[in-house]
Amino acid sequence: MLSQGFVSAAAIAASVLFILSLGGLSDQERAKRAVWYGIVGMFVAVAFTAFGPGIGGYWWMVPMMIIGSVIGWVVAKRVGMTEMPQLVAALHSFVGLAAVFVAWNADLERIRVLAAEPGEQFSAFAALVATKDQAELTFLQLEIIFAIFIGAVTFTGSVIAYGKLAGSVDGKPKQLPGGHMLNAAAAALSLVMAIAYMNDAGFWTLLVLAALAFFIGYHLIMGIGGADMPVVVSMLNSYSGWAAAAIGFTLSNDLLIVTGALVGSSGAILSYIMCKAMNRKFLNVILGGFGGPQGAAAEIEGEQVAIDAAGVAAALNDAQSVIIVPGYGMAVAQAQGAVSELTRKLRAKGKEVRFAIHPVAGRLPGHMNVLLAESKVPYDIVLEMDEINEDFPDTDVAIVIGSNDIVNPAAQDDPNSPIAGMPVLEVWKAKNVFVSKRGQGTGYSGIENPLFFKENTRMFYGDAKDSINSLLPLIDD
Amino acid sequence: MKIGAPKEIFEGEARVAMTPESAGQLKKLGHECLIEAGAGARAGFSDDDYAAAGVEVVKTPAALFKAADVVIKVREPSEAEAKRLRKGQTLISFFWPAQNEELLELCRKQGATVIAMDMVPRISRAQKMDALSSMANIAGYRAVIEAGNNFGRFFTGQVTAAGKVPPAKVLVVGAGVAGLAAIGTSTSLGAITHAFDVRPEVAEQVESMGAEFVYLDFEEQSQDGAATGGYAAPSSPEFREKQLEKFRELAPEMDIVITTALIPGRPAPKLWTEDMVKAMKSGSVIVDLAAEKGGNCDLTKPDEKVVTDNGVTIVGYTDFPSRMATQSSNLYSTNVRHMLTDLTPEKDGVINHDMEDDVIRGATVTHEGEITYPPPPPKVKAIAAQKPKPKPRELTAGEKRALEKEEFQRQTKNQVMILAAGGALMLLLGQIAPASFMQHFIVFALACFVGFQVIWGVSHSLHTPLMSVTNAISGIIILGAILQIGSGSWIVVLLAAISVLIATINIVGGFVVTRRMLAMFQKS
Repeated sequence: MLSQGFVSAAAIAASVLFILSLGGLSDQERAKRAVWYGIVGMFVAVAFTAFGPGIGGYWWMVPMMIIGSVIGWVVAKRVGMTEMPQLVAALHSFVGLAAVFVAWNADLERIRVLAAEPGEQFSAFAALVATKDQAELTFLQLEIIFAIFIGAVTFTGSVIAYGKLAGSVDGKPKQLPGGHMLNAAAAALSLVMAIAYMNDAGFWTLLVLAALAFFIGYHLIMGIGGADMPVVVSMLNSYSGWAAAAIGFTLSNDLLIVTGALVGSSGAILSYIMCKAMNRKFLNVILGGFGGPQGAAAEIEGEQVAIDAAGVAAALNDAQSVIIVPGYGMAVAQAQGAVSELTRKLRAKGKEVRFAIHPVAGRLPGHMNVLLAESKVPYDIVLEMDEINEDFPDTDVAIVIGSNDIVNPAAQDDPNSPIAGMPVLEVWKAKNVFVSKRGQGTGYSGIENPLFFKENTRMFYGDAKDSINSLLPLIDD
Repeated sequence: MKIGAPKEIFEGEARVAMTPESAGQLKKLGHECLIEAGAGARAGFSDDDYAAAGVEVVKTPAALFKAADVVIKVREPSEAEAKRLRKGQTLISFFWPAQNEELLELCRKQGATVIAMDMVPRISRAQKMDALSSMANIAGYRAVIEAGNNFGRFFTGQVTAAGKVPPAKVLVVGAGVAGLAAIGTSTSLGAITHAFDVRPEVAEQVESMGAEFVYLDFEEQSQDGAATGGYAAPSSPEFREKQLEKFRELAPEMDIVITTALIPGRPAPKLWTEDMVKAMKSGSVIVDLAAEKGGNCDLTKPDEKVVTDNGVTIVGYTDFPSRMATQSSNLYSTNVRHMLTDLTPEKDGVINHDMEDDVIRGATVTHEGEITYPPPPPKVKAIAAQKPKPKPRELTAGEKRALEKEEFQRQTKNQVMILAAGGALMLLLGQIAPASFMQHFIVFALACFVGFQVIWGVSHSLHTPLMSVTNAISGIIILGAILQIGSGSWIVVLLAAISVLIATINIVGGFVVTRRMLAMFQKS
């Protein structure tokens, strides 16, 4: 057995390694090293805690770890890059559920300690609880309530987010009759349960509390549409961190607190970035629906002009500089391989090809970057919105693949548009714009896109993958 | 319907209104095509080319006028040609109805319908039939080429072993279609190009083509191009004075001056006066695209090239499009073909002269024995009204500093408020919370700060790996389960065991997938 001093030292080392691991993500090359910091940090933390003082139950612990590792390994190896959002959501749900279990356990141990005869010996966490005085026990109860509530919301919220992202739950916002009043009622009832629990009403209050929080998580995320998932997933990411931190308080474990706080703030910042990119308030996204001025949107004049593959290919053959704007549609059509091949061919001809990524493109922050990286598009030609938006006027051809709202000029021109003020990629300033789209019709938000009616825009209808593949033979070598 | 193109009889006119290519398109509309023998010869299209495209070659103009239901031409008809028109026949050509009232009356008497290609309204739908623009485009290009032909130096600056060549300086007056084409040609040849126009809103277009717009220091209600259908209108005498003053200043520097200033229905404004010509260097060239309407330059002689005493060449040709007959015939015949497409909406070879249609109504000058010129204003406005763009006022340094200071004070105030509120909250918490809690809370607060600082630095493109790595790290909750799993209560052990299981999945899955993703990011 290792002494407490060892465990504390390991905790400090692990905290530092985790911080380095997150900090290293500032750059692609450094990130490859940084992830090892994280892995080593986690190994140190788990090993030293497991062999620390007062830990038992290895017959349970070790087999579970082995099984879990195998499952985790297999899932992570098999998952496709288009399924990343689902995987991330699923993993969040585990953290939430674990937080609920651990918090329940903490209370069970508390009850056991309180009911014990003087002089009885306890093992594991119960031994720690036995040393606490009255005030500390009260705070322990408060911490348990927090941990259960956040953990439970994270759990069901993530499960529903997973379902929506995987397509097994309808992506449209849906709510039970009563809407947010139901959420408010559940929250109020949770508060009642919490007060009852603080007044020693018994363990059942925690079960009811968890059930209510499960409902809130479920109902809240059901009411949010598919395209808002980047915000939801980052929010749940944040919650899973806060849940871990709350457990850290419950168990008086600083490493849990530090790590939970790191994860929590990471998710919070991601949510903030996503909301900013959509020019919406966080609450507005979470509570669903578009806000803002809802005057009559400006009428759009003109017609959508279609073009065939030969026309697009001719323009590409003439172009010197090309910018591709991918969106969720590219992921849905699995077109990234074809796009990568097109990029390779165009670059081989000496043309400048770059990608413009809007922060909320896709269903997960940074989703498009990962998809393009997977299909071997070099990351140094994949640029973010602020880096490339200035360059559209000097671009010969902009190709929009499966994105809509993030290239909508109404966000800048029409103060009555529901997305007015949202930062968008100014593709319409390019000399030619080709929009690859399955058919006429509005995007997720149901907003008409004046881009499609612009004089320099041509609509390239059809499945994105087939469309891009049909271009490949027409690009002359 | 039979569509016939006679040979142009105007002297020096090389263009033709129908090419073998446009004939092919017309046949798709269900029409038959006729051409007078030799009509396309000077534009580079032989009778055999036409015959190969399925066009019937007719020997004489008389036979052609007799056979055709629609006559398409380039120049306005001569009196003899007009007399050949008959009732029910349609003529499509340039016509200039304002200047040719007698001819208009003659056509009306003959009972023919005349569609004037120069009267096509300037709306976006009619751009494909805007023959004036196509011709102006060619004229602008050709003007630069003619200037180069008469100019003894390179356009572009060069440093050669034999010495340095300065770039030519070109001034284009009037940035309409012809002017913009001239600017484009001149800049692509490498000359330093300046351009002037009375409509300040074209400055952006000029600058987008790589030329420098010559601004006047003049406070006047600027001309609104929208009110005149995108054309220039006469300017006030004061404005004109200012303008000439600017030109006088520029004249000695310029090697080539191309003037394209026209005001619809008026003689060309005199913009390049004799003294400016005198001030120019020997060897300089002036190309006056407005020569047909009297010229922008005082010394221009229409259809002639003159060299002044001080060695300035003034080119006053009026037939620039005709000098590039193949190109201009191609474009003009396409414009005419588009007009006929609009006249044949059903594509069944039957002309439907719809006087309700803005474009057709606007271009028709005689119809069914009546003169229909001038047309009523079109229902659709040609160009969106020019929106005044208020320039944001430049702030003085003092104002900027004051604003910054105000912003800084506001931020300070906010931060102090938040810190004070947070401090008060902590103080309250410290009163009731046990010491051990407060210790953990310090750790928590510091960790949040570190987290915020670190995460801001994460690259946007790595947000997905960030999520999966934080996912893995949040599996740290396994520590909680490990701490509890040695408990004496079976239910606690069970729940803890499940927690260990799922947290491990999280840790391993999260790290493995992150590694996989990061390995994919490759530099080119």
